[in-house]
Amino acid sequence: MSSLLGLTAHQLQGLLEKKEISSEDLVKEHLTRIAQSEEQIKAFVTVTGQEALQQARTIDEKRSRGEQPGSLAGIPLALTDNLCTQGIKTTASSRMLRDFRPPYNAAVVEKLQEAGAVSVGKCNLDEFGLGASTENSAFFPTHNPYGEQAVPGGACGGAAAAVAAQEVVFALGSDTGGSLRQPASFCGVIGLKPTYGAVSRYGLIACASSLDQVGCFTRDMTDCALVMNVIYGRDAKDSTSVSFPAGDFTKFLVNDVKGLKIGIPREYLQEVNDPRITAYLQQAAAKLEELGAVCEEVSLPHTAEAASCYNLILAAEVSSNLARYDGVQYGLRVQGEDLVSMYKKSRSQGFGEEVKKQIILGTYVLSSGQYEDYYLQALKVRTLIKEDFAQVLSKYDCLLTPATPTAAFDFGAIKDNLSLLTSLNTLTCPANLAGIPALSLPFGTAAQGSPCGLQLLGRAFGEETLLRVGYALEQNTNLTQPSPAVKGEM
Amino acid sequence: MSTEYEVVIGLEVHAELKTKTKIFCSCPTEFGGEENTHVCPGCLGFPGTLPIMNKKAVEYAVRAGLALNCEIQEYSKFDRKHYFYPDLPTAYQISQFEFPICKAGYVEIAVNGKKKKIRLNRIHLEEDAGKLLHSGNSITSSQYSLADYNRSGMGLIELVSEPDLSSAEEARTYLEKLRAVLEYTGVSDVKMEQGSLRCDANISLRPVGSSKLGTKTEIKNMNSYRSLQRALEYEIERQREVLEEGGTIIQETRGWDEEKGITSSMRSKEEADDYRYFSDPDLPPIVLEPAWVEEIRASLPELPDAKKDRLVMELGLSEYDADIITGSRALADFFDKTVTLFNEPKTVANWVMGEYLRLLNAEGTEVQESKVSPEKMAALLKSQATGKISGKMAKAVFEEMFMTGKDPEKIIKEKGLVQISDTDALGEIVEKVLAANPQSVADYQAGKEKALGFLVGQVMKETKGQANPGVVNGLLKQKLTD
Amino acid sequence: MKITEQEVHSVAEIARLELTQEEGQKITHALQVILEQTEALKRLEISKVKPTVYVLPLQNVFSEDQLDKCLTQEQALGNAPEVEKGCFKVPRII
Repeated sequence: MSSLLGLTAHQLQGLLEKKEISSEDLVKEHLTRIAQSEEQIKAFVTVTGQEALQQARTIDEKRSRGEQPGSLAGIPLALTDNLCTQGIKTTASSRMLRDFRPPYNAAVVEKLQEAGAVSVGKCNLDEFGLGASTENSAFFPTHNPYGEQAVPGGACGGAAAAVAAQEVVFALGSDTGGSLRQPASFCGVIGLKPTYGAVSRYGLIACASSLDQVGCFTRDMTDCALVMNVIYGRDAKDSTSVSFPAGDFTKFLVNDVKGLKIGIPREYLQEVNDPRITAYLQQAAAKLEELGAVCEEVSLPHTAEAASCYNLILAAEVSSNLARYDGVQYGLRVQGEDLVSMYKKSRSQGFGEEVKKQIILGTYVLSSGQYEDYYLQALKVRTLIKEDFAQVLSKYDCLLTPATPTAAFDFGAIKDNLSLLTSLNTLTCPANLAGIPALSLPFGTAAQGSPCGLQLLGRAFGEETLLRVGYALEQNTNLTQPSPAVKGEM
Repeated sequence: MSTEYEVVIGLEVHAELKTKTKIFCSCPTEFGGEENTHVCPGCLGFPGTLPIMNKKAVEYAVRAGLALNCEIQEYSKFDRKHYFYPDLPTAYQISQFEFPICKAGYVEIAVNGKKKKIRLNRIHLEEDAGKLLHSGNSITSSQYSLADYNRSGMGLIELVSEPDLSSAEEARTYLEKLRAVLEYTGVSDVKMEQGSLRCDANISLRPVGSSKLGTKTEIKNMNSYRSLQRALEYEIERQREVLEEGGTIIQETRGWDEEKGITSSMRSKEEADDYRYFSDPDLPPIVLEPAWVEEIRASLPELPDAKKDRLVMELGLSEYDADIITGSRALADFFDKTVTLFNEPKTVANWVMGEYLRLLNAEGTEVQESKVSPEKMAALLKSQATGKISGKMAKAVFEEMFMTGKDPEKIIKEKGLVQISDTDALGEIVEKVLAANPQSVADYQAGKEKALGFLVGQVMKETKGQANPGVVNGLLKQKLTD
Repeated sequence: MKITEQEVHSVAEIARLELTQEEGQKITHALQVILEQTEALKRLEISKVKPTVYVLPLQNVFSEDQLDKCLTQEQALGNAPEVEKGCFKVPRII
């Protein structure tokens, strides 16, 4: 039998349905791959091989009894370790939660289980989602499958690397300001941040509640639509989740962009450091025009303020959301002579430096005397950014931008490099501030074969257009599928 | 020359909402229960959990607001109030800071016959914290504490008054009035002993005539109406003494010590709390359409003030009786229902104010738990009114009915308490008694009125007390003058 | 107006964090840079702009007043660092 690694969910589905392969074999093959490549990649914090095999066998039994085992039945996936899994360690890559076993599943985990998808483990991230490289993980950094010296991006670098390294077929992660799209771009996979509210956040360990969304990493657009079919929709446990009337997302996978108006925000192009990325973007635009779309340069005038606005809102919400980690109900406790000293010791030893920095910044900007000067200003700028998008997207069906200013950088490069971080955030965080959907799509490679990525931004609940444009680029170019990162014989 | 001081008090009252479930999750609000069994990941503050607003809690807050003459706010939202304490699992309390659900209400109280309007600044929704059990006798002497989160996340309304109260008695009366309104509207159990009604007071003194408020202290730990009044009386005197000696009041939180009868400093405001409020992004705002508010208004029951007016104006009760009867909804409902079954309001009021309240107090029972139903009460009063039993018997029957819950008819029968009013049956006994007591007959006829009393007594004795004394009296007089 | 190291330490105190001197210096420097960057926001004419608190125009998202399953005491306490008598144990408060 030829290797199943690298195949997409929809390809594997066909084989599983025809019973040419079993889910157990499929999971085994991926577990073997994980065993081989983890020493190098370090994508996983926890591998749940036994549970996965057990679940795969149950799926196989169902299938052999002729039952319909679900739309993603038997397909191996990975979850970012900030998604709660009942009885299975969920750490958010923090010392604070090193031994935390939630007594509940995240809503998306339940939905995937119902669809029969098989989780093989929990992936590394920057602690609590704060970072752009996985270097802020309390455990270890993950390595980019396309180059050992390069970061996989972050926060959800583990999940992106796991998909790129063919350790799993797809993965779930979260996106607060680019945590999903940026690593997708660095690792040459597709990353989707849904419209705010489209996917339940219940059970996602909160980073910044008004920005966080759960999304997915896949290898192609069809898989993206298939995963969306499972995870989208209103959940009674998340007041900010809404029902999405799209129905079956695969129906938007049409190779037709005729008449679509696509804007290219000029402010985004200014952030790019690598001329190849600009060239790829122009190449994509030219292809779309050739296919009948109209591409025009547009302006989002408050783009330059987005990163600062984001920094303040992020920190404020982080300081609030992470206040609960105090060593009482769960998590790390470091004994102290009294309550306050226990609090301080537990939190100081449980959190890493970046987390502490964000908590202090957030506490500061929410404190009386600073609130109006910082936090309130940021909320107002957020309005301007939202309005920029509303205005442009009333005339254009979607926007085409670079996903990242560079291809994956090396370890250590982002540390104390605020301008690089600002550039990264500037390209991705506006979508979170405005709550609109954003898709990062691999498009070409930079030096040493590192993947580059483009980003599509749509109207709120306008995922349909992103799928359509992404699919058209996938069908009509050979740039959306970088060659496999890891050779089969590694 | 000594300065005259004026007392300025404002109350912050917390009432636990009588919803079935907590305000942001589906755990029960039931009192008691084994520690940490009425909890879910949400009210334990576990990572990734999210609050969901209980619709009933919103409706209850609006009910309270309408009953207290508030302006119901079309737009309200939730904010996070941050502080670290082990009874607060997320280290922030979800509350309403910027846009509360109700604003600007008032209640009327009467103290020493004088009516006064007490304004409410606001009513807002928030969640309760868990409970801490301390290892020692007090928090200061404890080596450790234990946290139980069964109460964590229960729905509360906080009712904040304006500083319109000017004595401890007014404060107490105001709190009792709030209690009655919240009980009538059914939004809270309002039991201070169980903590479903809690009260903190802000209090300051200022020279009469001064328009500037004095420095206030906040008083906590008052667990009954009586302790509220005592604590405030104490604090007024304490502040007066400090001021008279030329001292200054320190702005601080003071705890009431019930046993010692004093307030003492808990912490000073210098460690100023900065709660770092901001809108909770997890909870969309509440928008109350006028139609919804009207629907809630239409469902309000008759409120204490209206009920009292009706009892006085229409049923002819005294102000005093009406005040006591309407002081609790349960008692007022008992009264109303009994009157519909036995339409003599004053008689019913006399029984309610007399025997019924006496036994309730003596037994420490609540109206809701009492075994006496309005039906039984009315049946008893009918028996008395028709002469079936005497007033004295009725009291005895009531007492047994109160203790056992038996039907009055059954008690009357079991005790053989039926009053004999039948002139034929009594006539025979009267004849017998007259024949057996010729001396008394002679005495009466000789003008000794007292002899009649003796003869009545003999008839009662013969009938084991069941004879209707009025009828016996009449029969005897008739026979003796024949 | 730059945030000082002393301010950083006092804010850390509010957030129940204790920083080493080195951490304090590093974080102070980082915050100075970040806050400096945000000065640009203040240059925008935004006095009349309404703040965005909620991204979606949602309102009145409620649950009915219906009971659902609770955790067992064992589940509730399952992750607790210290437990006694069915409760979460914490060190002395004062």
